[in-house]
Amino acid sequence: MNLHLEKSPQERFAALLEKAGECAAPEQRDTIPRIYIGMATCGLAAGAAETKAAFEEVLAEQHIEADIIPVGCLGHCYAEPLVVIENPGFPAIAYHQVTPGKAKVLVKSFLVEGDPLFEYVLAAMEENDLIPTVADFPRFNLEQRIVMRHCGVIDPTDINQYLVKGGYASLARALSLPPEEIIRMVAEAGLRGRGGAGFPTGRKWELAKADPGTEKTVICNADEGDPGAYMDRTLLESDPHQLLEGLAICAYCVGAAKAVVYVRAEYPLAVETITTAIDQARDANLLGRSILGTSFDLEVTVFQGSGAFVCGEETALIQSVEGKRGMPQHRPPYPVQHGLWDQPTVINNVKTLSTIPTIIEHGSQWFRSVGAQTSPGTAIFSVVGKVIHPGLVEIPMGTTLGTLIFNICGGVPKQKQFKAVQIGGPSGGCLPESFLDTPVDFDSLTQAGAMMGSGGMVVMDEESCMVNVARYFLEFTQNESCGKCTFCRLGTRHLLNILDRITKGQGKESDLDVLDSLARDIQRGSLCGLGKTAPNPVLTSLNYFRSEYQAHISEKRCPAMMCRTLTAFYIDPDKCARGCEVCVGCCPVEAIFTAKGRKKAIDQSLCVKCGECMVSCPPEYDAVKKVSPAELAPIVERPES
Amino acid sequence: MIQLTIDGTKIVAQPGKNLLQVCLENDVYVPHLCHMEGMEDPPASCRLCLVEIEGVNGTVASCRIAPRDGMVVTTQSQAVRQLQRSALQLLLSAHRVDCRNCASNKRCALQQMAKFLKVPLKVKHLDHLLDETDYQLNHPVLEYDPGKCVLCGKCIYVCTRQQAHPVLTFARRGFETVIGFMGSTPPSELPCLDCLACSAICPVSAIYPKKPEAASSHSPGPADQRLNGVGKQ
Ligand SMILES: Cc1cc2nc3c(=O)[nH]c(=O)nc-3n(C[C@H](O)[C@H](O)[C@H](O)COP(=O)(O)O)c2cc1C
Ligand code: SF4
Ligand code: SF4
Repeated sequence: MNLHLEKSPQERFAALLEKAGECAAPEQRDTIPRIYIGMATCGLAAGAAETKAAFEEVLAEQHIEADIIPVGCLGHCYAEPLVVIENPGFPAIAYHQVTPGKAKVLVKSFLVEGDPLFEYVLAAMEENDLIPTVADFPRFNLEQRIVMRHCGVIDPTDINQYLVKGGYASLARALSLPPEEIIRMVAEAGLRGRGGAGFPTGRKWELAKADPGTEKTVICNADEGDPGAYMDRTLLESDPHQLLEGLAICAYCVGAAKAVVYVRAEYPLAVETITTAIDQARDANLLGRSILGTSFDLEVTVFQGSGAFVCGEETALIQSVEGKRGMPQHRPPYPVQHGLWDQPTVINNVKTLSTIPTIIEHGSQWFRSVGAQTSPGTAIFSVVGKVIHPGLVEIPMGTTLGTLIFNICGGVPKQKQFKAVQIGGPSGGCLPESFLDTPVDFDSLTQAGAMMGSGGMVVMDEESCMVNVARYFLEFTQNESCGKCTFCRLGTRHLLNILDRITKGQGKESDLDVLDSLARDIQRGSLCGLGKTAPNPVLTSLNYFRSEYQAHISEKRCPAMMCRTLTAFYIDPDKCARGCEVCVGCCPVEAIFTAKGRKKAIDQSLCVKCGECMVSCPPEYDAVKKVSPAELAPIVERPES
Repeated sequence: MIQLTIDGTKIVAQPGKNLLQVCLENDVYVPHLCHMEGMEDPPASCRLCLVEIEGVNGTVASCRIAPRDGMVVTTQSQAVRQLQRSALQLLLSAHRVDCRNCASNKRCALQQMAKFLKVPLKVKHLDHLLDETDYQLNHPVLEYDPGKCVLCGKCIYVCTRQQAHPVLTFARRGFETVIGFMGSTPPSELPCLDCLACSAICPVSAIYPKKPEAASSHSPGPADQRLNGVGKQ
């Protein structure tokens, strides 16, 4: 034991780092090209594996020596498969949508002939005279990458790459400090939990540390059940060691010798990557027994959750790890006192834990200088829906919604009008244009009726019907209700039924009051956060888009022309070209017939409102019209044949 | 001894009881459905026993509150009543109201609360959500009616307390949640006919023994004597 203590954790770490440096990036290799391919789930879905195979094949064919480095995800989903090539003599260049075909051309032109093929370039990754750099694009330069700084840059399956980037230095430093001091740093940094509720992380750790329990556990919550969100998955797949470092620091602070990473089983690559990372860290003495020669032990295991949304709720998550039905429990007692197996348990989100190493590295003052006063640091959003550059963005808290949607993500495509943004996942809120000045932070969003939640963000344009949007999200939460408590089990079902009726034109005047009061009761009366937040989409859309509800109910009109029962298609005889048959062939139900004067018309009794005819009608005629309410469509009799 | 104020009246309570129990023992009726005497961690799932406590935001389930000295409790504020009525109406909206043909008529928990909260048994402003599934418990001696069950969980609780190998559990989830039967025990070894604690405790007669000709050859035992005091409340 004494032998162990001779060297400080930092000295042991220095030795480790030296070895890592030799393995990770030998200097002499700067003479051959390096090809970084984004191979997280999103990249793979876009065909990154085929792209990699194409690179390998053509490199072998051309007898070119180059390193192919599979990396995680940069967060630029619109550009996948994304490849960065470092060709000696050139700046590092990012290429977008690199298909196997493009891969072969790139090797021949760029690596062999020295032509970087400007038409394929996304941007250069560093300053140069040749090509615009990423810093010239708002999608890069308005972001501030702290938690995601290594995503898409390092090989997540190689611990050495994390080490040479400065990884695990914070753990080594932490281990030479008393836990109280680190907890104080985290508290002073003002870090708030990224799992949704924004609870102060320092405070949570303090409570866990103060508890006399002896079998404490730290759980990383990577359940991520929100359908549109994938930032936790990306962090696990792209930079697993940063998370493990944060997890180890947390365990050291609170006095836990066991940690669990709770990942949903639908994330096989994340499970594999984190499992590999745990093994590597254990081999390097950064996890396991006597970490860096100290008396601190930490055994980390991976638990695969069955994927119910409600299992992300901390008390349900604990039930699930204990092998029971994943049902939320009344709080208090809170998990920090009575958690897993009734022992003190810290549950933190992936992003929360992944932020810890940088706080230890740069200090709490630095962290406080980033982001907003009451919500320091950065927020990671997955922005999807009607934006030009969807994907993962990491922005300083306090950035306004407008900047995020319009400047960073490029705004709404096809010159359509912005209508609303749903923030915080299925139980967040729908905010209209007048809220685009709202800063993104925990308190401002909650005040607006939305929430930070998981960080899911869906942008909607004029073609989205807000009643239908509320119905869609309610359908999700209603389906995910565990069924334990009265308000959520039955109340959400009623909300859904009413919304469903309204979208079908069967709404009643009294429905709006029922929706409003029932939604509030569910909010106040439910047992857990799922029920308490499920009514948010209904309440916000009722609040900000009430006239759309009214149009559905009293005029049977869907202003966005999205609700099928309330819309109809017809063919304008003045525009229809005599004899053109395009629409007839594309109608799946043969609802289009030839009327008087060889013009076409739609049999409303057959039409299923798929809109295929509208798409197929040549733009020079533009004869198919969509209307709401449905009775605006003129009825044309089918001629007797 | 703990001194607290409930609806303006000073009350002395013994430690170890939850606030709901203290209210009930002092003749302050608080509607409730899922709580039972002796439960270690009441599920707090019916959301009816809500009260307001000075210094605490919103309403809280009194079954999960340990009374503290000086606590000031209101059991009948407007916010409390609004939520209680709403919860009861939700339960009624998914309940087959057929009192005349129901064994629980006149001693039914829903009737009792409806009377207290002045809520009509037919809910007008909500659709009727009767579960249309033809769910069967498939239990050799018990019959179960999901259209009546209010999912209070009392049957599961008494079964768990009474039997070394409990046979009842929650099954399915969300709106479809029902009482399920863990049916691995051979019917002849089931203790059910001699126990029937679930049927005795059910506040709405949603679980009951099958008619003798439909059940197995067992003869019904003296079920009520065997309750051993479980779930007296
Ligand atoms: C229905 C529901 C789902 C949740 N899902 C998640 C989740 O997927 N990931 C997560 O980190 N937290 C989730 N939470 C929040 C957790 O209960 C918990 O507050 C969080 O993990 C704490 O970590 P933090 O302090 O780092 O935010 C969910 C909460 C609710 C009510
Ligand atoms: S609010 Fe919904 S998910 Fe939460 S305990 Fe109640 S029924 Fe279950
Ligand atoms: S069967 Fe009766 S006791 Fe069991 S949960 Fe349903 S209502 Fe409660």
